[in-house]
Amino acid sequence: MRTLPVFRRSKTEALKPEAAKDINYSSQWRLMYIKFKRHKLARISLYVLGFLYFVALFAQFIAPYGLQSYDSKYVNAPPMTVRFIDGEGKFHLQPFVYELKSARDPETMRKIFVADTEKKYSLQFFVKGEEYKFLGLIPTTRHLFGVEEPGRLFMLGTDAMGRDMFSRIVLGSQISLSIPLVGVGISFVLGLIIGGISGYFGGWLDSIIQRIIEIIRSFPTLPLWMALSAAIPPRIPIVTMYLYIVIIFAFIGWTDLARVVRGKFISLKNEDYVIAAKIAGVGNTKIIVKHLLPGFISYLVVATTLAIPNMILGETAMSFLGLGIRSPATSWGVLLQEAQKIENVALYPWKLIPLGFVILTVLAYNFLGDGLRDAADPYKK
Amino acid sequence: MAIPVVMFISFIVFYIIQLPPGDYVSSYSAQMTAAGEVMTQADMDQMRANLGLDRPVYEQYAIWIKKIVFYGDFGYSFNYNKPVMDVVKQYMGLTLVVSLVTMAFQYIVAIPIGIYTAVKQYSAGDYFFSGISFLGMATPNFLLAIILMYLSYTWFGDPLLGLFSSEYVNAPWSMAKMMDLLKHLVIPVIVIGLASTADLIRVMRGQMLDELNKPNVITARSKGLSETKILFKYPTRAALNPIVSTFGWSLSSIFTGSTITAIVLNLPIQGPVMYKALLGQDMYLAGSWLLFMSLLTVLGTLISDILLAWLDPKIRTEFRGN
Repeated sequence: MRTLPVFRRSKTEALKPEAAKDINYSSQWRLMYIKFKRHKLARISLYVLGFLYFVALFAQFIAPYGLQSYDSKYVNAPPMTVRFIDGEGKFHLQPFVYELKSARDPETMRKIFVADTEKKYSLQFFVKGEEYKFLGLIPTTRHLFGVEEPGRLFMLGTDAMGRDMFSRIVLGSQISLSIPLVGVGISFVLGLIIGGISGYFGGWLDSIIQRIIEIIRSFPTLPLWMALSAAIPPRIPIVTMYLYIVIIFAFIGWTDLARVVRGKFISLKNEDYVIAAKIAGVGNTKIIVKHLLPGFISYLVVATTLAIPNMILGETAMSFLGLGIRSPATSWGVLLQEAQKIENVALYPWKLIPLGFVILTVLAYNFLGDGLRDAADPYKK
Repeated sequence: MAIPVVMFISFIVFYIIQLPPGDYVSSYSAQMTAAGEVMTQADMDQMRANLGLDRPVYEQYAIWIKKIVFYGDFGYSFNYNKPVMDVVKQYMGLTLVVSLVTMAFQYIVAIPIGIYTAVKQYSAGDYFFSGISFLGMATPNFLLAIILMYLSYTWFGDPLLGLFSSEYVNAPWSMAKMMDLLKHLVIPVIVIGLASTADLIRVMRGQMLDELNKPNVITARSKGLSETKILFKYPTRAALNPIVSTFGWSLSSIFTGSTITAIVLNLPIQGPVMYKALLGQDMYLAGSWLLFMSLLTVLGTLISDILLAWLDPKIRTEFRGN
């Protein structure tokens, strides 16, 4: 069949300029985008998250030290101050740090670190350090910044084994930030498929699925996590452990999404246009993909975003208790394990720094989800 | 409906606890080895046979359930070396105290703040409480516990670990012990309650904002009713509905939510007991606790439904069948 001349490309192109300007002609996604842009906190959150994920992606390059490198000379060293002005009041354009030397607190006789103003190391870009693979592909020894050997740079202090906190936080973010994404991704797919089947076909299939969801939901989540994590055998490869944990989180998380999907399917499947499509002989798959999904995919994205913070908190809690990610792999929860003892927090408060990153990420996701929800709601002004 | 769900849950619970490699006997023998005593394979097999651990999972489960149903016997805790019921009783009292006080704290704090922030939307107070509640939702509560402990240590010279000071732990109940308990309850209650309080504030605020501009409120105002009367007669009552409908869930969520906090704060309540039971594969104890909690959730939903019917005439008529 030949297309009518009026629908030819040139004609629609000619109509475009006016349509793009007028908000009434904008597509659903464009409307959402315009609304989202107005939500200031959500926009800032998006930038913050973008930055965090960017850092996580290039973690090995950005972290001055590797996950395994330690220096027993600097156990529990406090964060170093990056200075521009030296002891004599002279200003240096290139920032530098003083070497730490250990001393004894005259009152408590505890080991402390003081800055040795004799030895200073200036901060440099692209210094040589440990070898690693850039993006997992290109072997190199250059790190974004650092100080020349034998100097040490501990921007956020060190832990009980003399490992650089900053490097570990940056490297740990790879796991802490990706687990919720992968976990939510899996529950998204599971929820979409199972909820979709339940809502679209209904009947006995629906009742069975609903009972299963009810059962999973009436489990006390945390003990269930604990029990399942306790079942992960110790001393398995990091990748396998990672997968196990993601699956555990996804297994519990999908039920919420499945409910949302089911509800939407039920409310949409009796709409006139869907029935019309059915009468016209359109297949189930096509109806679902073409007519139903676009109607509520935005809600799903919102629900998914809002599910992420819980996963982050869950992962942190599990790793904190030693039931989630285990060393040698590192996540923020693992880093916080040292903060379990109150003496540690009292003496070395910088061990709580990873907590700041957890809170920042969770807040950012919460605001982002808020902004998306407002944007996705067509009735909200 | 509730009973099969609970049955099914209990079986899954039982199965999950069995999942970790090894069983109680192997973790026990590891302990013995650490203490210097070596158990032979024959000893271990003998112990397994005594405890009934050599049977298949479903058989163990059937025996366990049979005993619960017919004799009210929840099995034996290997770790504590006494019946599960005794362990549960030992910790139940304080667990309930902590949970109920936390729950009261949540509602007493959240509802007024929710109303206030909705009525005075975009005021300084609204931003302050909204900020706090966002932070409260974003902070893992076990770490809040550590921070509060640290603060109380630096300010009062006492980290307020546990629920009693050492001199009162075994003392008989007295006024002084009561005060001591109340003092120690402050941190756990804040820590356990903060996240759900924050959540409740958000829900209450959102509901109130929806209700405040409804026609019935405007009508009431045009008739000259006082603002306080309007506020409590219409929007507050309607806004309470979703809060009430989650009331039943909140107790069980406090129960589970307190687990990690209790471990960190070293509280003598169910959290640490449960954690140890799970790790040590003390399966009857862990199983009974999990069963208990799921029961609580199911029961909580029932309570919520009843409360909702009592509070909301619309739902009441639905129940009666129009």
